[in-house]
Amino acid sequence: MTTHAPERPTVSRRAALALGGAGLSAILLGQAHAATTDLGGRKLVVIICRGAMDGLSVCPPIGDADYANLRGAIAIPGDQALKLDDTFSLHPSLSGLHGMVQSGQARIAPAVAIPQRIRSHFEAQDMLESGGDQLYGVATGWLNRTLQAVQPSRPIKALSIGPQQPLILHGPVEAESWSPGGRSNSQSERVTAAVQALYQDDYLLGPALATGLEVQNQAMAQGMTMSGGGAQSGGDAKALALTTAKFMTQPGGPSIAVLSLGGFDTHAGQGAVSGRLANRLAVLDGTLTGLQAGLGEQWGKTVVIVATEFGRTAHVNGTSGTDHGTASTLILAGGALKRGGIIGDWPTLQATRLFENRDLAPTLDIRQVFKGVLADHMGVSRAALDHNVFPGSVAVKPIYGLA
Amino acid sequence: MKRPDANLHAAIAVTRFGLGARPGEITDALTDPQGWLLDQIRPEGADTPVNLSGAPFPSSRQRVLDFLAYREAVQTAGKDPDARKTAAQALNSETGAELHARAVLAASTAAPFRERWALFWANHFSVSVIKGEELAATAPAFDREAIRPHVFGRFEGLLLASTRHPAMLMYLDQQRSTGPNSALGQKRDKTGLNENLAREVMELHTLGADAGYTQADVTEFARALTGWSMGGKAGPEDQQGIFVFRPVMHEPGPRTVFGRTYSQDDEAQAIAILRDLAKSPHTADHVARQLATHFVADAPPPELVATLKQSFLETDGSLDHLARALITSPAAWTPGAAKLKTPYEFLISSHRAAGTTPVDLRKDLYGPLTALGQRPYSAPQPNGWSDQASDWASPDAIVKRLSFAQGFASAHAPLGDPIQVAKASLGARLSPAALTAISRAESREDAFAILLMSPEFQRR
Repeated sequence: MTTHAPERPTVSRRAALALGGAGLSAILLGQAHAATTDLGGRKLVVIICRGAMDGLSVCPPIGDADYANLRGAIAIPGDQALKLDDTFSLHPSLSGLHGMVQSGQARIAPAVAIPQRIRSHFEAQDMLESGGDQLYGVATGWLNRTLQAVQPSRPIKALSIGPQQPLILHGPVEAESWSPGGRSNSQSERVTAAVQALYQDDYLLGPALATGLEVQNQAMAQGMTMSGGGAQSGGDAKALALTTAKFMTQPGGPSIAVLSLGGFDTHAGQGAVSGRLANRLAVLDGTLTGLQAGLGEQWGKTVVIVATEFGRTAHVNGTSGTDHGTASTLILAGGALKRGGIIGDWPTLQATRLFENRDLAPTLDIRQVFKGVLADHMGVSRAALDHNVFPGSVAVKPIYGLA
Repeated sequence: MKRPDANLHAAIAVTRFGLGARPGEITDALTDPQGWLLDQIRPEGADTPVNLSGAPFPSSRQRVLDFLAYREAVQTAGKDPDARKTAAQALNSETGAELHARAVLAASTAAPFRERWALFWANHFSVSVIKGEELAATAPAFDREAIRPHVFGRFEGLLLASTRHPAMLMYLDQQRSTGPNSALGQKRDKTGLNENLAREVMELHTLGADAGYTQADVTEFARALTGWSMGGKAGPEDQQGIFVFRPVMHEPGPRTVFGRTYSQDDEAQAIAILRDLAKSPHTADHVARQLATHFVADAPPPELVATLKQSFLETDGSLDHLARALITSPAAWTPGAAKLKTPYEFLISSHRAAGTTPVDLRKDLYGPLTALGQRPYSAPQPNGWSDQASDWASPDAIVKRLSFAQGFASAHAPLGDPIQVAKASLGARLSPAALTAISRAESREDAFAILLMSPEFQRR
């Protein structure tokens, strides 16, 4: 069996770099044309918050009679939370997001969960990203299957930010990836060409190298340089989000991007208005405002989904933190959203309503939101959503009208 | 006796079970590849990294004290950035020194299987500085104290050493978990259970997520673990920084975990549970699968998993027997190299191919490993670094490998005939295509970079 390396542009990469942005656009013009006409420039960003983000701190239900008591010292005080309505507020670290909600550019789903009740981070993240209706039901990611569903009639590209490709993008359609740092100043054209030739029949390394070189050259042409390492503050996060936006807004750039944020597994010393979780939420807020600023007018055609694998226990635990729970909060942001309030019902925190006596109970299957966004915003058909993107999900109704 | 496939077996022994060939190593393994590996197993465990400064590395106890001193220094420093930086440097320099020593050991050892075996177990019982500076202080000592001495002993010993180690107690939030009905729990409102360690021990370290235990089992085990703590600043000096059992925090009463009841009323309760977890067939299966996945293929041959599981059960989790079972199982010697190297494996094997060791901590280790996606001691989650190619072969990661290979080659390309260098590094695994590309390169640097990036060097 012979496999062929993906077709390469004929102009040499160095020549393209020498030409700068103009040369790059010229090379990518064909793709750019296809991408912008077919999706109408619409963009989707998925931010995965790993480690089980505590929804009850992201949008504390200040108006729920049981909230303050259950949460004790880690409850967000009502007078410092950013009010959304009579029941919900946002964490004080999420001021950027609060502004988006007020201008109709963000909405909150306070009690969503993946299809199965799992309290293992790793299994639950697999389920969140694979989009299967049961664990290990599918081995590829639902965003990769989204790419398959809209192609080949509308070829679009996807990009993950970070050194590791997340499961949500694994699959037959090669996705781009980029992370800051580590670029050598002396990449030799000769070595690169020899290695590409060696990878010609390599199903794993061949497509990866080809795609990676393309992204690297775009990044260099756009002058994107950042030092390596993860975002530790809201400022770092904003810079990384601005870079992500830069990729997405260039001609022929990716229509879909995935970012992962970590550090949400707050078993101890979670903090309230300030502290460990507040710092991570500042990173999330920086990421959202960075995307908004970086996408500029294209923010108006963008939906951002912020999701986590599960929520945390309703009760504060013995070490001023929270253990693995069930339902958590999903956030939608972006200028393409339709204005609206809270998404889904609130189960309340009454003792009798808690799942297994300990966790916020889900009122929505997280796939309902994903399917709604993909249908309205990306034009994915109901049949593809039910059978391919989220296999076996005929009974899981999309929430229409979000975008 | 030299078998017809001896050349290939020697190359597999050195690259798959070892850490990549140093010059001459494949020849050393040629007469008896399996024997060459078996000889590296020894009861006293893995090698201990040797501090390049000559001083002994500090104990975890000392490192906890260092961390407490650091926290105080930061408080005193207030907003003075220079003082904060000095304090952080003092804390991190030991960690860097030990990372350096461990990498030098890996790049130069003549017993590379022993080192790979230790690296596997360190990743199985992963701790990470992502948790905070207390782990930056103690992660290297955890590897040296809880992992390396135990890797050829019994699994139970390794499990106990890991679970009781201060670094693990801090990493998975055990040290303040308090039984609600314990003396302390009754006295203070704001104390209670933390189930993090209990869950991850069952899911990641022993039974595996699919073993069929329930939330109730996790909670019961967490109750049994209450009181497993470490001495802090307020306690007696001789207990600071070491494991202590605190009866006042321990939840009284019998516990039922995974169908068995444990009526011990102290530290012995959780020890008994850990011993049973270590013996469970689910654990044997989980460990066998992880080992086979690490050494042979992302989706490992079922017969290899079965062989390893059987060895684990028959020898009561003797890890030296398990290592022998792995080495002597024909299913582990599949001719095709299916495993993509992790960034650390890639970096170490590059040094071994060049016959060099890392010199500069930042330039040779922290910098490249961070760029390649495997910042030292920083596994993102408690399941450690991934053992799946798909997680390491993103477009960005492969381009970063190409950049690294070229920078590395321009600094370290060995003198001598590049073809001989390539043959010494990959032996019978070197493909004709790579050989041709290397022979056509116009400089030693280019030839060595192509070798490092060849599909067969990227895999093992």
